[in-house]
Amino acid sequence: MDYALIWAILIAVSVFAYVALDGFDLGVALLFPWFKREEDRDIMMNTVAPVWDGNETWLVLGGGGLLAVFPLAYAVLMPALYMPVIAMLLGLIFRGVAFEYRFKTKRAKPIWDLSFIVGSLIAALSQGIMLGAMLQGIKVTGRAYAGGWFDWLTPFTVFCGLVVVIGYMLLGSTWLIMKTRGDLQLRSYQFARYFALGLVACIVFVSAYLPWRFDYIADRWFSFPASLWLWVLPLVLAFVTFSLLWSLKKGQQVRPYLWGLALFLVSFAGFAVSIFPYLVPRSITLWEAAAPDNSLIFLLVGAVVLLPIIFAYTGYTYWVFRGKVDADSGYHD
Amino acid sequence: MLDSFDALSLARFQFAFTVAFHIIFPAFTIGLASFLAVLEALYLKTRKPVYQQLFQFWVKIFAVAFGMGVVSGIVMSYQFGTNWSVFSDQAGPVIGPLMGYEVLTAFFLEAGFLGVMLFGMNRVGERLHFFATLMVAIGTAISAFWILSVNSWMQTPQGYGINEVGQFVAEDWFKVVFNPSFPYRLVHMLLAAYLTTAFVVGAVGAWHLLKDKTSAAARKMFSMAMWMALLVAPLQVVVGDLHGLNTQEYQPAKVAAMEGHFETQTQAPLYLFGLPNMDEARVDYGVAIPGLGSLILKHDVNAEVTGLDAFPRDEWPNVPIVFWAFRIMVGIGMLMVLAGLWSGLQRLRGRLYEGRTLQRFVLLMGPLGFVAVVAGWVVTEVGRQPWVIYGLLRTADAASPIAKEGVAGSLIAFIVVYFLVFGAGTFYILRKMAGNADAIQVTKSSTKKPGLAAERLVGEED
Ligand code: HDD
Ligand code: HEM
Ligand code: HEM
Repeated sequence: MDYALIWAILIAVSVFAYVALDGFDLGVALLFPWFKREEDRDIMMNTVAPVWDGNETWLVLGGGGLLAVFPLAYAVLMPALYMPVIAMLLGLIFRGVAFEYRFKTKRAKPIWDLSFIVGSLIAALSQGIMLGAMLQGIKVTGRAYAGGWFDWLTPFTVFCGLVVVIGYMLLGSTWLIMKTRGDLQLRSYQFARYFALGLVACIVFVSAYLPWRFDYIADRWFSFPASLWLWVLPLVLAFVTFSLLWSLKKGQQVRPYLWGLALFLVSFAGFAVSIFPYLVPRSITLWEAAAPDNSLIFLLVGAVVLLPIIFAYTGYTYWVFRGKVDADSGYHD
Repeated sequence: MLDSFDALSLARFQFAFTVAFHIIFPAFTIGLASFLAVLEALYLKTRKPVYQQLFQFWVKIFAVAFGMGVVSGIVMSYQFGTNWSVFSDQAGPVIGPLMGYEVLTAFFLEAGFLGVMLFGMNRVGERLHFFATLMVAIGTAISAFWILSVNSWMQTPQGYGINEVGQFVAEDWFKVVFNPSFPYRLVHMLLAAYLTTAFVVGAVGAWHLLKDKTSAAARKMFSMAMWMALLVAPLQVVVGDLHGLNTQEYQPAKVAAMEGHFETQTQAPLYLFGLPNMDEARVDYGVAIPGLGSLILKHDVNAEVTGLDAFPRDEWPNVPIVFWAFRIMVGIGMLMVLAGLWSGLQRLRGRLYEGRTLQRFVLLMGPLGFVAVVAGWVVTEVGRQPWVIYGLLRTADAASPIAKEGVAGSLIAFIVVYFLVFGAGTFYILRKMAGNADAIQVTKSSTKKPGLAAERLVGEED
């Protein structure tokens, strides 16, 4: 069996789970600047407070999993992306502690609001930049990163950072549609519409830019007829966009979030198709990066047994906290 | 300034700084999670309100500490790659899966049930809530299991081979996980976490008792903590001794540094104090008990004890750091034993809640568990240098190819952010600790409804 390929799929699932889940709670923070009333902010925060830690654990699984099963890719990517990785970690610190600190003080509350917003912004931007830097390609000699200190910083990567920020804000606002009511919910509909249009515009732009700029991506997409089936993706994109806008217009409560996720899934598939089978684009394939089979199998046994259990109790947590959130919720005094 | 450091020492300093900060939180949350589970179990069994009050008092402190533990821990798991990429590439196939198991068996469990534990009081039944608390407590212990297995494998590697590209490959996973130093390290660390927490709880109890000796909550805290000290502190001394004997077998240079033994000798002395001088290979101003070193390490006064002279110079760890960190840890361990015995005596005399001197002493001991934990890790980690995988991979060969300006930048950022953010957290925790647990009203709403609206534990206002 091709264990490396199985693991590549599992890591992709874990990264997607991270984006889908932590995406909405980072997005909620990114919307804070437009919701200035303290009660609104309390509600917004309490919609994610019971689940953010679990959401972020997918990031730990992504990183830890990469070390375990693709150590070479981990060893090359981390130094190559040194600055954005460190920035992301610091950003996550600022927003992670805000969940508790914010309710422990009256005077300094605005400070922790700011720490929540800025921390989330830095984390989201850095994640987008890393994505862009991977698409751009990473220089490798032997088994080590060989590029420069600022290779990760180009107009393209910064643009990718912004795309992720907009995408998370879309997820955040559709999440709020699902979890809140009244004025807060009405305004979230409004925002969701803007971010949906913005995100789709960005996706279209990136999709046009990538093949123009990078030959390897052009080859993948334009080598007819082998690549013909790939052109399903743009059609799906169009369909998802339409459904998302439609569900917003209809004032549906849960579907906007799901369609928002679908939008991410399509883009993610596009990304995966573009770089496959590379883990470090254009230098290291997933088979080259894979750990020996016995490491892959050892952890796979655990993953197969444990992931369903994890999904079960994570689902249970979401179920316990189902329904709308009102002012004054949370356990804080 | 920057000239006097190379990228390697900066990376080492960054790792030491971030992990030393990180370990402070788990040391507290491992102990506190178990303490909370015990409190909740006692409440369900006895229905005495004081247990419920204590639970609600400590669960808020737990939440803040846990949050800090999580964010500082995520930094650790990415730092292997950012700063120790050669190590990651070579050791990843062995230690990576162990850390993968840590995520799958521990981190998800903790995070999944943490929400229910903190916010679910009125949304699930009492028993389910207790179950959630229990899962969080068990999760913290499982986490310690895996990460200490990883660390111990790096100290005493076994069950591995080396493949054609120079990576370590597991040949026997059981041997990898249960490597020789692991059982000792696991037990010693878990006991350390319980002791650290016990002394924090005891100090908070003592502080409130000193203000008001009738406080039921304060009495309970103090009494429970002192039982822990009485029973666990002596146990820790025994476990520590066994741990040391194990270390002597597998990492004799480390033990030589801990003891300040530069030369191999019979009837080796035990230095109480002294200034190890690496250049001259001797201990200056040493205050020593002759023969006791041999007695402790070999259980025989006349036995020969290996000194640092048995190892090439470039395989010596930094002796003064190891020597002093070890004395700090053991000294604190002895103080903990003392506190435990003293409290036992006071309890027998029925003066546990009256004796002010003991309470003041325990109050001062409050933060010392953390000092002992960090000192213990310094012994372990500095003592194994220059190796990152003992005897196999040198620290100097394990680092990422990163310019020193980059590492210096991230190091400064970590220092500033950690002191600011975790400083604020510590302040909030201390303020919570000063709150009045007796005033917490125990309410049990029987309405279980979806929607967070009914959620609100009654407690003191900030
Ligand atoms: C999972 C592994 C692991 C764990 C649990 C710890 N360490 Fe460690 N430590 C390392 C893995 C490691 C390492 C990756 O192996 C380092 C990096 C460079 C090195 O020499 O070892 C290291 C270095 C290192 C150094 C630098 C030593 C020197 O440069 O002379 C110090 C002071 C510490 N650590 C301190 C700690 C503390 C206080 C810990 C308590 C939590 C701790 N370590 C846990
Ligand atoms: C270099 C070593 C270490 C790494 C890479 C590491 C990694 C992590 C990570 C990523 C988390 C957050 C998990 C989450 O999202 O919930 C975490 C938390 C935790 N770690 Fe560590 N850790 C290290 C050392 C230790 C040690 C030595 C112990 C204890 C013996 C420990 C015990 C814990 C516990 C109990 C938690 C749970 C929450 C808390 O911190 O309060 N860790 N660690
Ligand atoms: C007084 C008796 C004690 C003795 C003889 C003792 C002995 C030791 C030894 C020999 C080591 C190093 C093991 C190695 O690196 O191979 C160690 C490490 C350590 N000690 Fe202690 N110790 C004592 C008390 C304590 C106390 C009271 C605490 C904390 C509350 C503590 C916390 C630690 C920690 C966290 C480590 C690092 C992890 C490990 O290697 O286990 N110790 N101890």
